[in-house]
Amino acid sequence: MIPLSWYMALAVLLFSIGVCGFLTRRNVIIMFLSLELMLNGVNLNLVALSYYMDSVRGQAFTFFIITVAAAEAAIGLGIAISLYRSRRSVHVDSLNQLKG
Amino acid sequence: MFLQLFFIYCALMIVASGVLAISLRNPVHCVLMVLVLFFHMAGLYLTLNAEFLAAVQIIVYAGAVLVLYLFVLFLVNLREELHIDAFIPSPWLGRGIATGLALALLAVLPSFTPGSKGQWSVEAVREMTHTVVMGQEMYSTYLLPFEIAGLILLVALLGGLVLARREENSFEALTKEAISSGCACTQSKEVSQ
Repeated sequence: MIPLSWYMALAVLLFSIGVCGFLTRRNVIIMFLSLELMLNGVNLNLVALSYYMDSVRGQAFTFFIITVAAAEAAIGLGIAISLYRSRRSVHVDSLNQLKG
Repeated sequence: MFLQLFFIYCALMIVASGVLAISLRNPVHCVLMVLVLFFHMAGLYLTLNAEFLAAVQIIVYAGAVLVLYLFVLFLVNLREELHIDAFIPSPWLGRGIATGLALALLAVLPSFTPGSKGQWSVEAVREMTHTVVMGQEMYSTYLLPFEIAGLILLVALLGGLVLARREENSFEALTKEAISSGCACTQSKEVSQ
């Protein structure tokens, strides 16, 4: 039998790794990825608690968190693509100006 | 004993691949490390008697979300990555904040006291199988949140479409493309479109 505190400690570590990645990396996509790590830490906590407290509520929450994470990934990556597109068009403009 | 060894293996792999995922230079390697992490998370869900969530973790996270990340990484040119300014000036400050957060949370962890137990004991869940239990809860107690989650997915679908759609201000874009097709950056542009 695995004690509950092991799961919670692992969830804390995972969440902190996500926070560290979100604060230190500058690449937008890696920042979204660290956000996913944080959400996974929370998910692990919820599932472990729902197992040890004989309730399905935490697992239902986990289900909804996975839904929201998928939505967040879709929107965030759409924003990343449009950001990339706008920057690249700026890049192309400056290239034309250099050519005269 | 076997369970504990399995947990320790999964925990070590999760922490190692998580640290690698936020520290590797190549974003594709980062995404692959997160893939490893998600598989081990699914293993941990199995030790927690949550088979349905383990399957959802693999299908949705590893199968859909990470593939979405990989596609966007291939669309966005790898050489000129998308950078924004970091929220804090130095990376060591960020690492310090994260370590402090981890230590603070670990310090308050022993004071956690579980509340009253619910009605779904492990034996009851095992008897009915986890998927049936989740379905029953999801379609009775959490029916309204379930519908709202569907609406959120619809909004995300529409938002992703609108955001990632190509601008069609026809003439200007066409001439721009025609002009830039002569220069050296064309190849990466065509790849990214």
